Amino acid sequence: MAETKEKSLSDEKPKPRVRPIVRLGIFLISHSFHFSVVCCTAGVLALFLLPVLAKNTYISENALMPGSASPMLSNQHVSDGNRLVKDLTNPNSKSSETGIESHKIIAQYMLDLGAEVSFHKFHPQMNQFHPLHFFSSPDSGKIQENYSCSSYGINTVGIIRAPHGDGKEAIVLVTPYNALKSGFGEALSLGIAYSVFSLLTQVTWLAKDIIWLVADSQYGEYAAVAAWLREYQTPKFSSLSTPNAEMCPDVNNLFELKGHSISGSKFSNSFRRAGTMASALVLKVRDQNEQFEDTISIYAEASNGQMPNLDLINVVNYLAVHRQGLRVNVEKLWSLLNSSWLKSLGEIFESLAKVAKSLYPKWKFGIPATEYVEGTATLASSLYYQALGVPTGPHGAFRDYQVDAITLEISPKFSLDKVWRNDILLRGGRLIEGVIRSVNNLLEKFHQSFFLYLLTSPSKFVSVGVYMIAFALLIAPLPMVAASLYVDANSSSNCSKGDSSTPSAITDTDEHSIAIRSWRWLNSAKLVFIVHLWGAIVSLLPYFISQIPDCSPTTSFMIWVLLSILSLLTLNSVLASPLACAKATQEKEWALVKSVTISSVFIGLGLMSVINFATAEIGALLMVPMCLLAQPLKLDVRAGTLRSFCRMICNLVLGHIAFPPAAFFLLKGMLDGFGNANVGDFWMWVESLWAWNSATYLFIVEVTYIFSHG
Amino acid sequence: MVLLQRPHILLLLIDTHQFLQCWIAFGSANEEGQQQEEFSEELLVKPLPDHKLLAHFHFQSSAPPSTSNGCHHHLFPKAISQLVQKFRVKEMELSFTQGRWNYESWGGFDPISSSNAKPPGVELWAVFDVPQHHIDASWKNLTHTLSGLFCASINFLESTATYSTPEWSFPPASGNVRYGTLPCEAVCTENLTPWLKLLPCRDKAAIALLLDRPSLYRGFYHSQRLHLTSTESSSEGIDSGIILEQTLTVVLQPNSERAIEVHASEKHVQPSWSLSSIFGKQVSGRCVLAKSSSVYLLLDRGLVAELKFPNKENGKSAANGLTSENFWSNPSFELSVNPDRIFLEESSSHSKSLSILYMFQVEKYSESEPFDIGLMWKVPVAWLCQQTPLHASRFFMGSGNERGAIAISLKSTQFTEGFMSANSKDGSCELRVDVFQVVPWYVKVYFHSLRVFVDQQPRAVSDFIEKIHVSPSKDKMSPGVMEVVLKLPCRVNTAALTIEFDKGFLRIDEYPPDANQGFDIPSAIISFPNFHASMVFLEDDSLNRSPLLSKFQEKCPVMSYTEVLLVPLTTPDFSMPYNVITIKCTVFALYFGSLLNVLQRRVAEEERFLKAKAAKKTGRLPLLLSKLSAKLRGRRREPLHSPPSSSSFINSKLVLKVILVAGLAVGWQYFFS
Repeated sequence: MAETKEKSLSDEKPKPRVRPIVRLGIFLISHSFHFSVVCCTAGVLALFLLPVLAKNTYISENALMPGSASPMLSNQHVSDGNRLVKDLTNPNSKSSETGIESHKIIAQYMLDLGAEVSFHKFHPQMNQFHPLHFFSSPDSGKIQENYSCSSYGINTVGIIRAPHGDGKEAIVLVTPYNALKSGFGEALSLGIAYSVFSLLTQVTWLAKDIIWLVADSQYGEYAAVAAWLREYQTPKFSSLSTPNAEMCPDVNNLFELKGHSISGSKFSNSFRRAGTMASALVLKVRDQNEQFEDTISIYAEASNGQMPNLDLINVVNYLAVHRQGLRVNVEKLWSLLNSSWLKSLGEIFESLAKVAKSLYPKWKFGIPATEYVEGTATLASSLYYQALGVPTGPHGAFRDYQVDAITLEISPKFSLDKVWRNDILLRGGRLIEGVIRSVNNLLEKFHQSFFLYLLTSPSKFVSVGVYMIAFALLIAPLPMVAASLYVDANSSSNCSKGDSSTPSAITDTDEHSIAIRSWRWLNSAKLVFIVHLWGAIVSLLPYFISQIPDCSPTTSFMIWVLLSILSLLTLNSVLASPLACAKATQEKEWALVKSVTISSVFIGLGLMSVINFATAEIGALLMVPMCLLAQPLKLDVRAGTLRSFCRMICNLVLGHIAFPPAAFFLLKGMLDGFGNANVGDFWMWVESLWAWNSATYLFIVEVTYIFSHG
Repeated sequence: MVLLQRPHILLLLIDTHQFLQCWIAFGSANEEGQQQEEFSEELLVKPLPDHKLLAHFHFQSSAPPSTSNGCHHHLFPKAISQLVQKFRVKEMELSFTQGRWNYESWGGFDPISSSNAKPPGVELWAVFDVPQHHIDASWKNLTHTLSGLFCASINFLESTATYSTPEWSFPPASGNVRYGTLPCEAVCTENLTPWLKLLPCRDKAAIALLLDRPSLYRGFYHSQRLHLTSTESSSEGIDSGIILEQTLTVVLQPNSERAIEVHASEKHVQPSWSLSSIFGKQVSGRCVLAKSSSVYLLLDRGLVAELKFPNKENGKSAANGLTSENFWSNPSFELSVNPDRIFLEESSSHSKSLSILYMFQVEKYSESEPFDIGLMWKVPVAWLCQQTPLHASRFFMGSGNERGAIAISLKSTQFTEGFMSANSKDGSCELRVDVFQVVPWYVKVYFHSLRVFVDQQPRAVSDFIEKIHVSPSKDKMSPGVMEVVLKLPCRVNTAALTIEFDKGFLRIDEYPPDANQGFDIPSAIISFPNFHASMVFLEDDSLNRSPLLSKFQEKCPVMSYTEVLLVPLTTPDFSMPYNVITIKCTVFALYFGSLLNVLQRRVAEEERFLKAKAAKKTGRLPLLLSKLSAKLRGRRREPLHSPPSSSSFINSKLVLKVILVAGLAVGWQYFFS
């Protein structure tokens, strides 16, 4: 019998056997529905498993050697810092309207230490939306605003030259300071920076120059730091507008002050530089805090989801926890902390891990439920801020120039007595000193540790190799579904054409029609392209709308909506007219259209994951179910079964949720309550996104066009 | 330079004859009129405005031409003379520097700074007296010899990609110059020891005794230099042999404890110092081999102007009268030792005030009575050192791994304004600035993109550049060299040169071990040929001139070096070779595996074997597998299976069994652990 079987097999299939990989592919395509369900659930599950899979951080670069030297910051330096704090908080110093007095005080203090001091005057540059500037380098471009005398900020910059160093590299310490309305926290942060600075003028181990930038934050912390960096990296030698600005009396007044100083040569009003920046630390002290412990928060996300090297965070974390006894915090989505479903999920994972551990003692992947919830909250905020692409602090400006930077925000346990203040100065100063010393030890720039990671706690991270699995699982069904849809569309049309004829007859029919059929996808590709084009137009519209003067956010939003509808209609009439003619066949075509859409989404998501993982992940979470479920409503209505009804409901809900404004309002409603949601807010949000050249913006459009298919 | 120096040396030699005769060891060898090898040592100390102290050691040995003396030397280091003879070096300078010279506060106009302020790392230039096509070979050999002599990696200058041939902008302007720098060379005692070995007394006596390593290397700037000139092989009639000049320039902080100066009033008083407090040692006795050993204290022009000596008008007489109380007991400072002589600078055109030099002869002191000068400041003094006409700084522009630009910005200093007004009698006053810039080949400079900004206005290049010489870099062959002569108006405030570049790629074996640090671009040399840094001191006996002072009198152009730049290049993942090897091995394994498989397979035999196997009908596992494969192939084949129901039944049963057993095992493990 077996022989006959063999024979029959060989008879039936004279062709060479199909390769296993091809067979596997065919199998997957034919079972695309099950496959996609399994993969999507696995993808989402893997995403929730990430906090469990997070590894402990470790210091990868040996040269850093954090904490190997005992801190040298003594009470002497702390009292120096205290002196500065007192001088700054002194009401006399605030008498001046422009806050120049306090800058003078800071400059004088720096000069007394023997540092080189210069003032950097800048004009706040409004963040302008440049379409198609998303991935270009932060080139200063052309600036031709008319500066007025009244609006300028002054950064005070002090530089210590390393005594033995060759001046090729520098470490930057930034303290944002608003001279006009400075809180006690800002003064305290200056005090900490000053005490570290005064220590660093004496030490012999310094190999890199130290730049202390007191960023004038009256026009925003980021703007001040970015302006200084722009001047540092891409200075303008030809300036037509500055002579104008020099006329302003205040500025001249400012630059005159140091003439009588003893070490006058150390001060100059020209811009001073040190070498290539090795890394930067932004130091802030929060004004009030209700917590019971001194904590330090680390903000790391820069523009477009770029992160500083993990080693920098590790060093700060190590020194803060093990040397200075500070609690380290990274940003969390606080609303997630109290969610019960997460807690129960964490408990499930915990118990699973317990079982696994009892089965085989070496399986130790479980974490306590509370830790899981915290990890998830941190991960969610990490994903959110990376996806949004808006830097979480002034450190974002550094990352644009490939400088690793983080913001440290110290929130002290609040009390007013002097001992407490000294303590904060001492511990904060020692932390900064330790970090600077570690970075100073570096021979090479940061390169050992990860750049692509998500933090789940200050000491735990998920590396790119792990989180990519979740993403890959999530988008894996897309090509399969697209292929199966394509195959279906082709075969169904075949069947409809040649119902009566045998399969062999089909192959015999004129090859011409086959050729036409195989090119039919181009038609749907054209449709998809038109929708993309519309999306691009919609995304560019705000740029022109923002040129209209005196527009409230609500009206501009309305204009945007109107214009986009208008553009859709025009496009439809101009370009898609042949499509309208083929309306009769459209019902059959939808599968092809869907397949082309899905494949383009797949390509888009794949590319996006390389550029900004978090955006791609969140986009995939929204778009993959939508793509898989999307079906014309007419067909569902006609079918009338329970299943198709469910699908229809899902489609409608998903389509509405994923429409960006709707999603925004839902999120906002969840976080703040629905009462204060406003259409204008969306406009503001979008505006802030352009401002940061966020790549998220590109995505919104992509989501929009899928909705149009629903 | 050589020509200038020669007469002085001759005079020196003649004059010191008397001293040499006293020396019995040499006395027998002496003949009337014959030149002798000589050695002299000097130390110059100069207070700097920013509470620091400059110490400049100057050792000079000279040897008569070898024809008169054979190849034997009494004092002169043999290694150097052999080197000169072998490679026919006409002039050479080698410097090891750690730290940066601070042109703003330590000055840049005096002879010390313009000839001793060097770029960090190693700098070497040499002029050869060999035919043009032999120069490169001589240079290579010279670098190897020097790297052996001084325990440094000077041999890295051997490859043509690291050294350059300046055409005319480099001071000893002739075609036979080779110039190379190693900016990242670390300098330490390892380099100092061989340098000291060249001295006849090493560091065992007199001034060299002060060279205490810890205190030297604690300083802010440390530059050890070796300069030699030889007229050995010149075709001219007179030759003075080889002159070896070894200098060590250090900038030190007199009192390291800043904690002392807490009070605001005391903060601006210059710290008092003495030689023993700075170096931790005292000068005891003299080096018997030295012709002269003396210590100088220099108060520069700015400081003298600030101090306001009571009887400035009769300065000249005081200098002659040697023991003028007024000069060393000033109300503002006090010297612990009476100077042996005081020199006043001859009036210079550059400055209104004149600097003062105190000389102390070390010969008078002995082991029992060591020499130690100290300076006590009584009143706060602040002054400025004379600066270069334009202060130069260089930096990178742009970001990213693709391209960037180098900018050299020149800023006029306070000093220039005063000087310019004095100098510009006719209306069109011009300031000539020479820029010499070497760029390694991996920084691909586009010379056409050179732009000039004068006083913040972009200007045409041809307006301000008088002369330019460019030799573009060749990949892995030679560095790019740019020599520019700028003619700037005297009233210029700021000027800037920018030039764009692309960052090149290196092969993986060309990266240094610390590639992620970035790559250095050597300092640019900015020189001002119109300005000469020289100090001429009035001396009563011009015959017996010390080498240091005669060195000061030379008219060398004011020079300054810019910062070394660090350019980060794209670095590959250095585990890449490993990955490549792994992938290659995998590919090879797959290829050869399948090839062998195909070669050794016999199709007929295999079919027979399969048939036999099918006949046997063994086990359920193959069945299961075949079913799975059938499923994979598609469902069409399913009906062909003859016992479909039974197989699937068995199949599910089997699966159930397996699950049951596994579950039992798990449960057992769970409850009994």
